[in-house]
Amino acid sequence: MTKEIIIPPEKIDQVYASLDQWAESTGYHLNPNREFTWGLVEGLLINRERYGYQACPCRLAVGDKEKDRDIICPCEYRDPDLRDWGACYCALYVSDEVLRGEKTIQPIPERRPREKQPF
Amino acid sequence: MVQARGYVSGANEVHHITFYGLSTCIWCKRTRQFLEDEDVAFDYIYIDLLHGSEREEAVEQVRRWNPATSFPTVVVDGEQSVVGFKPEELAQILEL
Repeated sequence: MTKEIIIPPEKIDQVYASLDQWAESTGYHLNPNREFTWGLVEGLLINRERYGYQACPCRLAVGDKEKDRDIICPCEYRDPDLRDWGACYCALYVSDEVLRGEKTIQPIPERRPREKQPF
Repeated sequence: MVQARGYVSGANEVHHITFYGLSTCIWCKRTRQFLEDEDVAFDYIYIDLLHGSEREEAVEQVRRWNPATSFPTVVVDGEQSVVGFKPEELAQILEL
């Protein structure tokens, strides 16, 4: 049975703020829906507790860093998904168009190659 | 506490629904919330909370419907599936 991991809300707030700052300083934007993004940051922190690294909360990680390397946030697929869909796979990161409200986020198909899925 | 597997009761039991998700996934949370808001009964499985052969079996079940093995995947009546957060598509299939 998996032990439940509870992340203190203040920890999520703190990581959210620093992630937002880092994203903006590197030319990226977090999803402006605060509640949504807060939940994603919580998922990232749960995965950090589980695996020791921030695997994408919307993908099934196996807990082997080498096998999960391509889905450690920011994942290898962030930039092509931002370009093609206006958001990364989990929609933590969004494009300028989405930020300005000129484009809405649609469900994003998984582009991770089958051979990289270790299950 | 989120359980790895379970059943959510609902007034609408017309279809047999199996929800496959990850406990950390926001799109999965939204999909589950949609089903609950619509008072639909469903089985759920959080694959990230399973281990060993139990996880492998669940992944295989998802792959049968969704070769990308992405989440959420909702299987309806063992006949069709909805991949991703798509409330309109679910509403149509479930005749909501």
